Amino acid sequence: MGASLGILAAKQPDFQIHGLIKFNLFGQELWLTTTHVSILIVVGGLLIFSLVVHSKLKDEEGRPGTLQNVAELIVEMLDNLVKGNMGEHAVKYRNYVGTLFIFLLVANLSGLLGLRAPTADYGVTLPLGIITSVLVQYNNIKWNKVGAFTNLFKPIPLLFPINLIGEIAQPISISLRLFGNVVSGTVIMGLIYGLLYKIAWFWPGILHAYFDVFSGAIQTYVFCMLTMVWIKDKIPE
Amino acid sequence: MNITNEGLILACSAIGAGLAMIAGIGPGVGQGIAAGHGAAAVGRNPGAKSDVTSTMILGQAIAETTGLYGLVVALILLFANPLV
Repeated sequence: MGASLGILAAKQPDFQIHGLIKFNLFGQELWLTTTHVSILIVVGGLLIFSLVVHSKLKDEEGRPGTLQNVAELIVEMLDNLVKGNMGEHAVKYRNYVGTLFIFLLVANLSGLLGLRAPTADYGVTLPLGIITSVLVQYNNIKWNKVGAFTNLFKPIPLLFPINLIGEIAQPISISLRLFGNVVSGTVIMGLIYGLLYKIAWFWPGILHAYFDVFSGAIQTYVFCMLTMVWIKDKIPE
Repeated sequence: MNITNEGLILACSAIGAGLAMIAGIGPGVGQGIAAGHGAAAVGRNPGAKSDVTSTMILGQAIAETTGLYGLVVALILLFANPLV
């Protein structure tokens, strides 16, 4: 890598995760990394936005202000999304899917602000996928009871391995889809800003518009849609 | 010429990463065919353009997944090689 950089006097491309602080816990060596900092910035920003909106709510007695209208627009959109997909069971999952949507949207778009997107770390997307899978299996056992196991043998008992792998593949596929999309954008933008940074002027914006905005928004929508569809699938009606 | 064990593993990992990206053919062909059907559906019914478009984009984002599995394997072999 070092020999070819001389052509454009380029910088070393930097899209890796860096460990920042090392500490010891129960004899294991653990690091605080750039992902931790990114998550703190994203969640801190969302928290500040929520607190500002909450304080502005209390002041208006007659007509709601602009900020409250924007917040109500967002909440209404998420409510309609969840109710349109899950029907009358929507009330229980409105909070989880809404939080997931907002967090993933801001996390994927944080590449535009210069952060290394937290979802570009498999250690962030895998727990989200596992939470979704635990919710799906919990609903499976709650609504189908013993059927949760015997449904694996429908329609033909021969299909049992395929159905089992399909169930196990749910957290793997949903987390790898989000991770792969975001990390490929991070690697490409890192290479451009590293190797071509002498001539990277204005046109990386187009690539940011595709990788961060378009791809990030669609992957958020797909993650939330799959969560809702899988949960609704397990509820017999 | 002396090839060390580690050098051999790194070289084969690089070849393996290139072979893993052949998995990109699948989504390319599949999504292209889906886009063709989507364009035909818009041609038959221009009023439903936004519905057809959003359904198509959703389906393509999910069909992209297997190509991404190949990309993740290639990235792991290149940057986070567990064998070396």
